[in-house]
Amino acid sequence: MANPARFDLADDSVVVVVGTGAGGGVVANELAQKGVKVVALEAGGRYLPEDYINDEWDSFGQLAWTDTRTTSGDWRVARDFRNLPAWIVKAVGGTSIHWAGASLRFQPHEWKGRTTYGAVPGANLLDWPVDAEEMAPWYDKAEAKLGVTRTGDRPGLPGSNNYKVFEKGALATGCKEVHTGRMAVNSVEYDGRQACQQTGFCFQGCKWGAKWSSAYTDIPRGEATGNLEVRDRCHVMRVEHDDKGKVTGVVYKDKDGAEQRQKARIVCVAGNSIESPRLLLNSASPMFPDGLANSSGQVGRNYMRHTTGSVYGIFEKPVRMWRGTTMAGIIQDEARHDPSRGFVGGYELETLSLGLPFMAAFMDPGGWGRPFTSALDSYENMAGMWVVGEDMPQETNRVTINAEVKDDHGLPVADVHYTDHPNDVAMREHAYAKGIAIYQAVGATRTMPTPPYPSTHNLGTNRMSEHARDGVVNRHGQSHDIANLFVSDGSQFTTGAAENPTLTIVALAIRQADHIAAEMAKGNL
Amino acid sequence: METTETRARPDAGAAAGAEPAPRGLTRRALLARGAAFGMTLIVGAGFVTARDAAWAVEVTTLKPETMATLIQMARDIYPHDRLADRFYAVAVKGYDDPAKAEMVEAGIAALDAAAQGRGFDSYAGARWEADRTAILQDIAQGEFFQTVRSGLVTGLYNQKEIWPLFGYEGESFSKGGYIDRGFDDIDWL
Repeated sequence: MANPARFDLADDSVVVVVGTGAGGGVVANELAQKGVKVVALEAGGRYLPEDYINDEWDSFGQLAWTDTRTTSGDWRVARDFRNLPAWIVKAVGGTSIHWAGASLRFQPHEWKGRTTYGAVPGANLLDWPVDAEEMAPWYDKAEAKLGVTRTGDRPGLPGSNNYKVFEKGALATGCKEVHTGRMAVNSVEYDGRQACQQTGFCFQGCKWGAKWSSAYTDIPRGEATGNLEVRDRCHVMRVEHDDKGKVTGVVYKDKDGAEQRQKARIVCVAGNSIESPRLLLNSASPMFPDGLANSSGQVGRNYMRHTTGSVYGIFEKPVRMWRGTTMAGIIQDEARHDPSRGFVGGYELETLSLGLPFMAAFMDPGGWGRPFTSALDSYENMAGMWVVGEDMPQETNRVTINAEVKDDHGLPVADVHYTDHPNDVAMREHAYAKGIAIYQAVGATRTMPTPPYPSTHNLGTNRMSEHARDGVVNRHGQSHDIANLFVSDGSQFTTGAAENPTLTIVALAIRQADHIAAEMAKGNL
Repeated sequence: METTETRARPDAGAAAGAEPAPRGLTRRALLARGAAFGMTLIVGAGFVTARDAAWAVEVTTLKPETMATLIQMARDIYPHDRLADRFYAVAVKGYDDPAKAEMVEAGIAALDAAAQGRGFDSYAGARWEADRTAILQDIAQGEFFQTVRSGLVTGLYNQKEIWPLFGYEGESFSKGGYIDRGFDDIDWL
């Protein structure tokens, strides 16, 4: 940037955004475009397409959030990856660097989980205070921003080898809704970004910029307005408030490790569903002893991570699934709500591939011996798909503060507790059977129902609710308790729906920025 | 991150690996100075080498027999018949480290004790993989086994030299991706 904005630490007219991913990066840019002064604080460093690495472990070392976290609960991740509950990114642009690009709208009924599914024992279901009709125009804006294929007049991506196996199996087993996805990966040049070159390594950051990420779209555009200052390698430790209960700013460690205090008119928290509740809980004060915005007791609760899993199939001849767009194929036939299958909600099946190093790490964590290695010996002949389905919100699945363990800043870390709901287990079993049948229909000689990886979809820990007693934020992501405190990421999700969450996070962020700017103009904020 | 798969990111130098022949010794001299060990290895003072001395690993801290057993153990944990021993040697040579020697010597001693419990002279003396696998099962819940196994996930599979043996092509950006190089070339469907 020629003249990036610089705001004074004492400037209490700025909006502080904590985090710069799909939520924070978009809300920061959208506010800046409307003339609002924004300071975005990002814990990670700045990496652009020229910096991304086509190597799984090297990229993981560059981008992944590996600050200590702990895990508990029955999920297998707590056993196999006990300090890595989530595979998400610590960088300007956040996990929008890592995401695969699948951009699906919620189905209308998914905004009304409690009404649609009824009372599910053990689940803390709630309807969103918004619905499909209200969200439609914001989805339109989000799809245009991201350049989603098969929306507007944008064509779909071409099908890769992995997709062709997936499609043939889908059609052979009677699926009707199978295509190369609605992807924030350009099929043709769009918005100054080039078309996908079928490179693979979508999870490692797109070196062509063909996949949308806030890192090289919204962030630099916001900075170009002169209204957005992004401070990277700045870890926010707590949000502060005055004696009237309004937030006044944040305290953070800057890139040199020095503690700084940035004043603010409004604070938007967008650190992902683990860090956002951690920040609110670590901001506890005499006035808010249970943490900020937590009068409902719901901060950190209802942690969702989608009902996931993978199915890999091995065939007689090569597939070479790693070639091309990682996730450019979808089967939507099972996304519907149909309780006759033995569970509520639905799931999507999406193509996926891992390189050999990550396949070794994730195919069967802890596995060894011939059952393990004979599968890897056929790596070239594998096809892969991923399950993403709606998991049930449960009050006991939650992010809490683990006071026993401190991070490099001396702050208590987050513990991520998760146990599958019986509905989740039933859905995953159904999806495994479906995926196995699909590959068997194409002649698979071996299929592998693979357990969930560390979570990339982290949702629900500051959920949106109509009433203050049921959740943390209102229909605009504004906290019920503190008018000038907002949540701008996936932790707002009331329920998870079956769809990959980024498009909805972006739509909510655009809508939230519109609301904040309007309320500021009216003098209400 | 003690027991996570991600803990042991590969050493940059690990893949530099097994040298053709240490300290200027000829293959003949290496073979003359060593004794057969296990199925495929020869150990001597300060080294482990292949039966044909095509590669060798210097050992400065561990007993050479311990390193040879560790190499066999690595192969038995992740047995790939098309991977030569030298890749397993590369994956475990980092255990030849004063900070790790006590843990490794104790772990291998326990492995040999487990072998003796099943009627073998030692772990490497069990000639069938199935027998060695059964011995490994005896210690598989222990910390030593889990440390070695999780270290191998990166120590073995992140060696770029082995990727072609699995068909994996690695980095593709510099070649322009696969848009003109077969992303959709499947011909058997």
